[in-house]
Amino acid sequence: MAYFEFKDVELVGMAAGVPSFIANNLHPLPDDDVSSDYAPEDFVKNIGVLERRITYTQTTSDLCFHATEKLLADLKWGREEVDALILVSQTRDYATPPTSCILQDRLGFSKGTYCIDLTLGCSGWVYGLHTVASLLSTGCIKKALLMAGDSKAVHPMKLSPLFGHAGTVTALEYKPGAKGFQFHCGTDGSGYDAIIVPDGGTRHLMAPSSFVYEECEDGVKMRIQPRMKGMDVFSFGITTAPKSIKKIAEHFGFDYQSYDYLVLHQANMAMNNMIAKKLKLPAEKVPSCMYHFGNTSSASIPLTIVTELKEKTSGKVNFLCCGFGVGLSWATVAFTTENMFISDLVEIDEEGNVINK
Amino acid sequence: MKTLDEFVVLFAEQLDETDPSNVTAQTKFRELEEWSSLLALSLISMVDEEFDVTLKGDDVKNSETIEDVYNIVVSKK
Repeated sequence: MAYFEFKDVELVGMAAGVPSFIANNLHPLPDDDVSSDYAPEDFVKNIGVLERRITYTQTTSDLCFHATEKLLADLKWGREEVDALILVSQTRDYATPPTSCILQDRLGFSKGTYCIDLTLGCSGWVYGLHTVASLLSTGCIKKALLMAGDSKAVHPMKLSPLFGHAGTVTALEYKPGAKGFQFHCGTDGSGYDAIIVPDGGTRHLMAPSSFVYEECEDGVKMRIQPRMKGMDVFSFGITTAPKSIKKIAEHFGFDYQSYDYLVLHQANMAMNNMIAKKLKLPAEKVPSCMYHFGNTSSASIPLTIVTELKEKTSGKVNFLCCGFGVGLSWATVAFTTENMFISDLVEIDEEGNVINK
Repeated sequence: MKTLDEFVVLFAEQLDETDPSNVTAQTKFRELEEWSSLLALSLISMVDEEFDVTLKGDDVKNSETIEDVYNIVVSKK
């Protein structure tokens, strides 16, 4: 059983970058992959996504770059102080090299910076936090940044009304005496094809047939495009997330209902409401940003904190966060922040300019 | 364990547009005009909540009647 505890580490700040362009699911664009199975109004009502931030030009690293510039300035961190940069994304700039290496140079961080990419989706921010916390708790490094998100698609394609684009950054510090982080992590690879991009890896090489639209459970998709077995993912989410939260509470001996916030991966409203209901948590303890931003993959937990809890992080705040999805992979983390700093949301236009400096 | 009749009532509660009096154990639910993948999620939620059973997508897709779904729930109990 994968339980972990890392002490002497604290989450001190967060920022998020999103495209300035807003797609509205009640007024679908020609490029939106709208299902004929149900009306747009029913999708918004049941799935809980009205708007999504979408870009056709800005990569995940572009969104993370601008969020990081903002957070560094707000926290007054010097660039030479950043010892590690971990990027969680499924939409990297290049198949290789790692995008974190490119960001090290673009952000002007020192050549002594530890950089890695982690390829995870919905559970990714919690796994990234786990990696950063484990590095920092050694005391060998003092400051680290976790970037997480997904953005621009790898090919011009119809876009799902569920998913939005975002890039986030989370700042953590080595702080002797800090309570640190507790984790529960799990994996079920038997569900590997529940959310999958079938072609473009080495198992199924990219070929002309990868670009042909074909019928699958969640609509008409190309084989270089993510597809999802929605019902299986739904069943997985509503059973696995509550169990993981109960398990971490039991293992570390705390009452999860006493926590200030449970921030769930923003999967869809039906799923998240069901998880909150099973845990008997009131809506005000389970913030959500999917109505305006959609499901933003590994960015969804930090984006929810940035957009929904900005004025609510003074003093000590106890967080539980649970990510679950593609893999299938899941992880829950418990931590306490003290006067955590949250930057204003950074909006980036299609030319790559920050519009609300 | 709830009976088939009780299951039919719970199933009918998930529907918005179909008259509950027209819903029986033999109703071919996927042929209902209002049936959609969104309603399938409601069904999975209801079964999870009322029976503590996890239905998979294939369980729903391979069932023809409401009784077929009930039998899967019973077999997983």
